[in-house]
Order: sequence, then C-alpha cells, then structure tokens
Amino acid sequence: MSTIDKTATVPAPRGGDHTGPLLEVRDLHVEFHTRDGVAKAVNGVNYSVNAGETLAVLGESGSGKSVTAQAIMGILDMPPGKIPQGEILFRGQDMLKMSNEERRKIRGRKIAMIFQDALSSLNPVLSVGYQLGEMFRVHQGLSKKDATARAIELMDRVKIPAAKARVSDYPHQFSGGMRQRIMIAMALALEPDLIIADEPTTALDVTVQAQVMDLLAELQQEFNMGLILITHDLGVVADVADKIAVMYAGRIVEQAPVHELYKRPAHPYTRGLLDSIPRLDQKGQELYAIKGLPPNLLKIPSGCAFNPRCPKATDLCHTEVPPLVPVTEQDGTELPGRKSACHFWKETIHG
Amino acid sequence: MGRYVARRLLQMIPVFLGTTFLIFFMVYSLPGDPVLGLFGDKGADPATLAAKRHELGLDLPIWQQYWNYMTNIILHFDFGTQIRNGRPVTEVLGDAFPITMQLAALAFAFELTFGIGLGIIAGLKAGRLADNAVLIFTLLIMSIPVFVLGFIIKMVFAFQLGWIEPNVSTEQNWDELIAPAIVLGGLSLAYVARLTRTSMAENLRADYMRTAVAKGLPRRRVIGVHLMRNSMIPVVTFLGTDIGALMGGAVVTEGIFNIKGVGGVIYESITRREGSTLVGLVTILVIVYLVTSLLIDLLYAVLDPRIRYA
Repeated sequence: MSTIDKTATVPAPRGGDHTGPLLEVRDLHVEFHTRDGVAKAVNGVNYSVNAGETLAVLGESGSGKSVTAQAIMGILDMPPGKIPQGEILFRGQDMLKMSNEERRKIRGRKIAMIFQDALSSLNPVLSVGYQLGEMFRVHQGLSKKDATARAIELMDRVKIPAAKARVSDYPHQFSGGMRQRIMIAMALALEPDLIIADEPTTALDVTVQAQVMDLLAELQQEFNMGLILITHDLGVVADVADKIAVMYAGRIVEQAPVHELYKRPAHPYTRGLLDSIPRLDQKGQELYAIKGLPPNLLKIPSGCAFNPRCPKATDLCHTEVPPLVPVTEQDGTELPGRKSACHFWKETIHG
Repeated sequence: MGRYVARRLLQMIPVFLGTTFLIFFMVYSLPGDPVLGLFGDKGADPATLAAKRHELGLDLPIWQQYWNYMTNIILHFDFGTQIRNGRPVTEVLGDAFPITMQLAALAFAFELTFGIGLGIIAGLKAGRLADNAVLIFTLLIMSIPVFVLGFIIKMVFAFQLGWIEPNVSTEQNWDELIAPAIVLGGLSLAYVARLTRTSMAENLRADYMRTAVAKGLPRRRVIGVHLMRNSMIPVVTFLGTDIGALMGGAVVTEGIFNIKGVGGVIYESITRREGSTLVGLVTILVIVYLVTSLLIDLLYAVLDPRIRYA
C-alpha cells in the first residue's frame, strides 16, 4: 500500500481504541458521469493522516484534490459523481460502507471541513451566531440560548473582536478574514478529530492569509487534530505542513515530508511547480512556467498523465503508467515517507 | 427603517391622487350618460335632465367635479352616493368587501399551500419525473383562460357530480367559496409553483448548501432551514403583489359563480357609468395595493438581511 509512513512521534489519537492512522484513503477512485463521457477525477489515491499531523495536498485546478476531500466528507454530488472503488477508513472503519445516518453523525462532529470562499459558503440569510450554534443544537441538543453562548465562545476563540456584539450579525457584515475565521470556528465547534481545509486562504489577501494559517495551526496543535490542507500555494504549505502529497490528473505523483520535497523533488511536475515560484534573486528574469494545460479528465493521456507537458518525457512515458514507488538514496538507503510516480525518479532526485 | 416607512407613506399621496384622477377622467370620457340611463328607454325632457345633472354636480367641468369629490373624501370621508339609488358608496363597498376578502383569503391559502408544495416537490427532484409532471400541470393551468376553467369546474362538480352548489348564496358560507377560490387561485398557484421550483433548484447548488451538509445537519434541517429561507424570498414578493390583485376582486370568477363581491360591483358600475362608485372602489383598492406592497417590502428585509433601507 502506498501510504505515507510517518516516523515522527505522533500523539496518540483521542478517544477510541483504534491504533494506526486517523484517516486512511485506499485506492480511491471517483468518476463523474457527464453527457460527454466519464470524467475520471480521482484515479487510485492513497494517503493517510495521523492525529496532530498536517498533510498538504498540492495540485492544480482539476487535479482531483478537492474531489478527494469531498469524497471523504461525503458531500460529493452523486449522481453525477460515483465512487467505483476504494476505501476511506476513519479510525479503521470504512466510511463508504456506512449508512447515511452514520456518516452524517461523523460529519461536523468527527471530521469537519473549511471551504475556500467563506462568503458563499456561509448562509447569507442566517446570522453567524445561528450558524455556529446550529452545530451544538443539532449534534449536542443544546438549547438556543446555550448554543448562542457557545457560539460567542467560539468566536472569541478564533479571535473575532467584540464577539458578543457581533454574534447576531450576518456573513456579509464581516470582512473576508473574519468570515474565514467564522468558517474555522464552525469547523472547530465540536472539536473534531480531523479537519479538511479546502484552499482556506485562497480568497484572502496575503497578510490575512498568514493570520488565518497561524490560527489554524495553533488550534490544530491545541486540539491535536489531523489536518488535510488542500492548496495550490506552495508558500502556505512550507510553514504548516508535515508531509505533502502532490496530485496530478487524479493521482498522487509524489509524496514526501515537507522540507525534503522543497530540497529535492523526485518528480518533474513537482520540480516544475517549485521552479515556478517567483524568487527575489531571479528578479528581472523570466518566470518559469510548466508548459501546456492540465489534461482533460475525459481523456487522460496514456502512460504518465504528465507526459505531454514533461520536459523529460520519453517513449516509455507514453506507454507505461509509472507506479508510485518508494524513493531511495543513491546508495540504496531508504528515504522514509518519500515516493514518486515517475519512471525517471532517480535522475530527477539525484541528477 | 422608520424614515423609509415614512417616505413610502408620503409617496402614496401622489400615487393616490394620480390614480383617482386617472380613473375619474376615464369614467368621464366613457360614452353614455348616467342621468339619461336613469330614465330608461322612455327618456325625459331636457329640463328635467339638466336639473338632475345640476343636482348631481355633473354639469361642472371635470376638474371641478374631481375637486369636489376629493375634498369630500378627505374632509368628510364621503365617497359620494350612487346615482342610481342614492346609496352611499361606502355602504355598497361595505357589502361587497367582506365576501371578496373571504374569497381572496381562501384563494390565497390555496395557492400558498399547493403552489409552494408542488414547487418544493419539483425543485427537489429537478429534471426528474415529478418535476416534469408539475411542469406540464402548471403549463396547462397557465394556458387555460379563467372563464374556461371556471365553467369546467362548475359543469363537472356542480351539474354532473352535484358536489357543490352552482351559485354562491347571498349569506356566504366558506364551503361554498372553495370552488371559486380554486378557480381564482389556480393561475397564481401555477406561478408560485414555478417560482418556488426554480428558486429551490438554483439554491440547491449553492455553496452554503454544501456547507450545511458538511456540518452534519439532518436532511430535513438542510432543506427546511437553509434551503427554504433562501428560496422563499422571490416567492414572498410574488405572493405579496398577488394579495393586492386578489383583493381587487375577480370580475370573471365572481360572475361565473354569482358572487356579489368587489369584482361584480366594478363591472356593474362600469356598465351603468357610476363614476363615483367606481372611483371609490378603485381608490380603496389602490390603498390596499400600496399598503400590501409596503408590507411585503418590509418583510423582504426580515427574510433577507442583506437588504438595507435608506
């Protein structure tokens, strides 16, 4: 199984006698049946997250990172979406085999999600206090009054100034950063074991981005939560993530602990992504960009999906799908947690 | 908010004056003579006619007639008298309004429950069989003229099945008004169903719905609270304007079922050139319309907090 093995000390998961990863995705496939054909959005993804650990899932738009997250949450639109095969194990139990009611009880309480655009993701006609309090009312059966009190506590916790005065305000009355804090507060309400953050800072300006990420990291540490951070921003990842999975056309093409990936990428796509970060010491030079466009998911190129855009592609890449294999040092020493789905990972990492 | 209401109330004054004058002027320019009509086919000598006209103030120029009429309304709450029998217009209206209100209330309840109900079913199953069934049903209702629908219902349920009385009796019972209310509310029902369906199908795809599901809320709460609160905003607007329209009486429906309501009085006043009755009625209807639309606009802010009144 191609999952990331975490070697660092991991705090024991809260509650339950299950040992092993908090969440484990095994060979997940997701497809969308559209009028034009079957779009294969996710093609055999494996990853795992432990309590207190942050996994960053990186990739372009359409790489399947959000779809994977939605499959975990159980909020995929089905139909047209379909999960033909795979397992999503939460504390060792396959969520895909659970009843709707069992899954609903996990959503929000055990696994929560933070969405990208807080303005459209919050209900415009309900006050934030109501929307936050709803978590307590539905999952814990609290009264309206108690729920509001808890909502104020939550807002304080995510550092929204004058929480008590603003609890009855509506989403449009908050600034973008504050709205994202409300989203975070909502996800944190029931102290879930795992939070999935789907591009939580993309819609925010840079200073607010840093604040929101810091807040998220701080709360994650406090509650010892697992975090799946979905993003296409390599800058955000470096500070908070423990390990990274890079996705391309519905597959994981490289997995690595965060700093090793930045130092020595083992896949040409990752290298391309890293090279396209603007750098101060290359001021005045043309910025590198990966040529071409992400593949059409209705007809993914044969062989390695990245081959049409890859500067190093050979005939082999057009015919054989490269498996996700462990990456080693030149002398054969294992590099724990590192994997690459490139026929030429050796050349890429050691070249 | 207070300022907004005050401004809207002030705005009613020019609207009120404008509509009354327009109606007054239109009735005045209709062919025919109410005084001549009083004497039937026999006619009367010109001196008698002139004397009667003078007595009723009909020999004055139109603007002066209008002035007299309006000052009477505003100063004495006197909406004039019917030329035909000298009954005060307020009394005529007092007779006609209760039954129209009853009929309107019933029709409104009918379109509200069934319109929204059908809309919800169609909206939640957008593109599926139930949705198409509702689509065809509403299309059918929209394309049938009211008088055809009215006569069909009367024929089938009153004459063939004998379930209902063909005509509504003078001391109206609620149960007698059910059939007319269905005929009257049918068209709006179709519009309400369509509007609800579209609004729901659209909001189902909204991001906040995904959030609501991700929060682990039960389905009935996701639909009942998060979806409905947003989807009802356009529907409420339509229903509000429709109250005004229903209160205005239904000439055709009231005619078919022989209901002595506002619609009937309007029709009668037009044929008899009863200017003062007509203007009095329309004046009151205009006020009803303006007040309901103000109330709806205020309700709008309750439903959608993003709306600001300034």
